[in-house]
Parts: sequence; structure tokens; C-alpha cells
Amino acid sequence: MFYREAGQYKTSYEADSAKFPIRQDKWFIWFYLAIAFIAIPYFGGQFFLDAIMIPFLVFALAAVGLNILTGYTGQISLGTGAFMGVGAYACYKMTLAFPDVNIIVFIIASGIFSAIIGAFFGLPSLRIKGFYLVVTTLAAQFFLEWAFIRIPWLYNYNPSGAIEVPQREAFGVIVTGASASSEVRYLVVLSVVVIMTWFASNIISGRIGRSWMMIRDMDIAAELMGVRPLYAKLSAFAVSSFYCGVAGALMVFIWQGAAEVEVFDYNRSFQILFMIILGGLGSLLGCFLGAAVIFIFPIIIHNILPPIWAIITPWTMSSSQADLVAAVMIGVLIVTFLIMEPHGLARLWAIMKQKLRVWPFPY
Amino acid sequence: MNAHDPHLSTKFDDGIAPGEELLHVDNISLSFGGVKAITDISFNVLKGEIRAIIGPNGAGKTSMLNVINGFYHPQEGSITFRGEKRTKMKPYEAATSGISRTFQNVALFAGMSTLDNIMAGRTLKMHKNFFWQMWRHGPALQEEIEHRKVVEEIIEFLEIEAIRKEPVGTLPYGLQKRVELGRALAAEPDLLLLDEPMAGMNLEEKEDMSRFIIDVNQQYGTTIALIEHDMGVVMDLADRVIVLDYGKKIGDGLPEDVQANQDVIDAYLGVSH
Repeated sequence: MFYREAGQYKTSYEADSAKFPIRQDKWFIWFYLAIAFIAIPYFGGQFFLDAIMIPFLVFALAAVGLNILTGYTGQISLGTGAFMGVGAYACYKMTLAFPDVNIIVFIIASGIFSAIIGAFFGLPSLRIKGFYLVVTTLAAQFFLEWAFIRIPWLYNYNPSGAIEVPQREAFGVIVTGASASSEVRYLVVLSVVVIMTWFASNIISGRIGRSWMMIRDMDIAAELMGVRPLYAKLSAFAVSSFYCGVAGALMVFIWQGAAEVEVFDYNRSFQILFMIILGGLGSLLGCFLGAAVIFIFPIIIHNILPPIWAIITPWTMSSSQADLVAAVMIGVLIVTFLIMEPHGLARLWAIMKQKLRVWPFPY
Repeated sequence: MNAHDPHLSTKFDDGIAPGEELLHVDNISLSFGGVKAITDISFNVLKGEIRAIIGPNGAGKTSMLNVINGFYHPQEGSITFRGEKRTKMKPYEAATSGISRTFQNVALFAGMSTLDNIMAGRTLKMHKNFFWQMWRHGPALQEEIEHRKVVEEIIEFLEIEAIRKEPVGTLPYGLQKRVELGRALAAEPDLLLLDEPMAGMNLEEKEDMSRFIIDVNQQYGTTIALIEHDMGVVMDLADRVIVLDYGKKIGDGLPEDVQANQDVIDAYLGVSH
């Protein structure tokens, strides 16, 4: 980025506290949004939308949710998968009960159920921290998974135990089910993710987000400044679970079309946690970068590595071997980032921008 | 305390005139298991004064501050602040009633900028609910900017304009102490507790900090209770001094009286038993 703020003077605190204080950044964000909303659905093609963009956005939203809790409030959670599941099952039950209601309303509303459950399982955080809290959230994960299997009412007594998404409409357009087009589903996910990310960035830059970060950085001082840990921690759990719940509902309804309980197991929780660690704790940009690396990178390896391998070596490589290579590479990346740059890709990006700002001088 | 007029210069009218008793600590005893940290201490702080608490290491000074702002709960005794008597109080309640403090080991929010740290001090004064915050534009932003103005006054007062947007974790120690004072000040406290505001500073930084403390006291009329080891500073700044040793009060009064007190001299210099 060979641009800087030179000559762009701020004359009000409003302008000074804007999210993109540099004009070019503002243009770029509109440019990226235009690409995402117009160019990608137009030129993307079904595979690109269904297999890459939609899941990427769903995971990015879940990562935003977990980052609110872990990156901004400092409470580590391994219950993300289960909270996503709560959203998915809640959405399923609601849309079965009221088939004619706009499905997007239910997708958003399912977050409320997830938020309530999340706040409940956040109660131990008032007493315990760190690894012990991880264990209690893991207990939430296993308990909820158990509930998804053992309470047949949740999956409508379906003998296979899976939830199958019925065809539903929003604003007269078919959004879910087999006959919904990829473009429509992509645009629905994109809109939800963009709006909710915008809300998240607003909350974070305001009083509530600040009180979360106060708890994260120095909980004793936060308390003496008038932050009540009860409210701050539980609101973080609730908001975080809300985001995860919506992501879970989107995952089942818009992306996969049907789901069994396995998609909400603890592997999912770890996957989202790795996304925010790799992307950057306490950064919204990091959620998207992390989701891109953890989810899209293996797909690229899967498709590209075997042909390249066949060219540069005399042996052949199957795509399942390529998947193993991708898993190893992701593992190495996570370990490397934890050691070299705990703040993840988002921090690397910030450092790079800072270096380019003063280039060719070192500082 | 009027929420609509958050300018620092507005003094709060709490019905206590300068020179009247703001805080009264009555027969406080605090022990951790078998260790008695504080034994039967009483003293008062008058509105508008600078009250110093001194004593050798381990005398119970910091424990005393922790008792005052509700972090420790004493086994015996009570605290009367602004005429309200309390025995058990949570830190949050102390903060709402107008007690703010700084820490001996800087306890800033390391991941946040100077500006955000001082804004954090105004948490209790901001009230826009979650949904306004979510929308941000409109009332929440208005509120944010109103409070930003006050914070900017403090930043100007403490002469830290240049580090406004720096993450505090990267700042030198002396500046961190100053930011912490700013954060405590942003809460517009009636009683400001300073725990060793000058520890580990060089002479110049000490002079700056002393000037800020006096300015806070005179310009905003804030009552200050401070712990400090630098006797020169204490004798110059404080209106009245209380001396603790092994959790007991051994001296209380004007700086020159305390200086002449034989018990105090013995406590500091040591006596042969």
C-alpha cells in the first residue's frame, strides 16, 4: 500500500475515530465489497460459490464470534461447534413450526437461542480462568452434542438423526433447499456476514467492546474502573454465541443443506479456534484471513499439488495424499505462528503496511 | 455529576465543603490467615487535601488502599465515605461512589492505546445501551465524542498528546505512570488513591509527576491519598501524613510533626532492642 495519510487532516473527533481514517482505505473497502457483491456472483461459477465462498464466509462469521470471546474478552472457549449447533437446531425447529416466515428472520433469531445457552455456559468464567475455563466450555461442547443426539424432538424424530433443510423462501426468492441457486445463497450469506461484521466492529470500538478489552488486559483494574465482570463476561459469551449460532444456522441451511451432529463436534471448535489464532486474536480482519487460510488453503493444495507433483517428480500423488500434506502444512503454520507471531496474520499485515509506509527507509 | 455536561471543570456538588471529612476509616483490622496486615487503624481524609500514607516496606500501606476501594474486606472496622458507612463493599461500588486509583505496578490495559485507556476511565459515565452501540452512528457516537472531548482535556493536561494513539504496552515506564494517572482522573473521582506514583522514576519525571498531582488537587479540587517512599516529595506535597509500621499507626499529623516524631524516626532508622 503505497499511500499514506499525508495531507488528510482530521478536523473533528468523529473523523479521527473513523474506522478507516485514510481515504484510500475507505475506497478499497467499497471496492472489495463491490467485487464481493457483484463480480463474484456474476463470474464465480457454481463450484467456486458453493465449495469455497459460502463456507469461507460461514467460517469467517463463526471466527468473528469466537474472536469476540477469545480475542477481545480473553476467555478461551472450545464450545464453538456446539454453539453453532444450537443455532442450527433452533433454526430448524422454528422453520418447521412456522414454514411461511422469511427464513432469514429465523436464521438471525436462532442466534438468540445460542446466545442464551452461551451465556449460561459462560457462568463458570466468573470464577475460573484459562485452562480450567477451557475444560468447562469443553463440557458444554460434549453436553450439547449429547443433547443433539439424545433429544429426538430436536431433529423432528428423523430416523437418520439428521436435520434436512426444507425449501424455504425469503422475499419471494427460494433461499434454502435443493432448488435454491448458488448465487442467491451466496448473496444471503454475504449480506448477513457483512452486516454482522459491521455491527461487531461498532460494538468493539464502543463502550461495551472497551469493557471487554479491559477485562482481557487487566481484570482487577477493570473492576476498579467500574466494569462489572459479571456483565462484561456474560455479554461477551452471549454476543459470541449469537454470532456462532447464526453461523451454524447458515452452515446447515445455506451451505450443507443437511447436517448430522458430527458437523458440530469438537473438531469444529478446534477448527474455528485455529482460524482466529492463525488470523489474529483481537482482529476482525484476522477472522477472515484465518478462515481463508484454514479452509481454502487445503482445497487449493488438494487440487493443485497432485498435478504439480506429477510434473516435478517421477511419482504420482493421490488427492488424499495431498490432503495429508495440507494437514501437515496447516499444523506447521499454526505452530510457527504461535511461536513467531502470536497475533497472527492480521499483525503481519499491519507490520507490512507500516514498513511500506516508510519504505525505503527502515523507520 | 451531570451526565450531559461531562466537562472536567464542572465540580461535583456532593454537599461536602473543602476541609470537611470526606473519608473516615474506623478501627480497621485486616488479616490473611494468621498474618495481621493491618491492626486497628483509624484516620480520616478531608475534602480537598493531599493525604500521604508512608511507612517502611510491608507496613500495610497498599493493603490500606485495597481496603478503601473494596478490594479487601477487613475483618473489623468500617469505612465512612461521603457520610455513607460501609463494611463490605465491592470494587465496582467504590468506583461508582467516586473512588479511583492507580497501582504500584502499572496496571494499564496493555493491548489498548493511550486514548482507549483513558476512555476506559469513563466507562461509568457512558450509558448508551447495546443496540445503540451496535449501530454506533447517532447517539452512541455522540456520547463517544462528548467523552472524547473530556479525555482530550486530560491528555492535554498531562501533556501526552504525542502518544495518544500508541499502544500503552510500548511506552516507557514514566509515561505509563502518567497514562495511568490520566485513566484514574477520567473517572472524575472525589477521592483519588495513588499507590507510589513516583516509584522508579528519575528526578525530572518525579518533578513532573509532583506538578501533575498538585495541579489535579488545585485545579479540579480532587482529594488525594497517596503512598510514596520519597520523603522529600511527601513532605513537600502532603498536607497531612499518616505513618504505618507493621500494620499499626505510629504517627499522624502535619509533615513537620511527623518528621519530629521519635517513633517514626525509629521505624525508619531502626533501633536496637
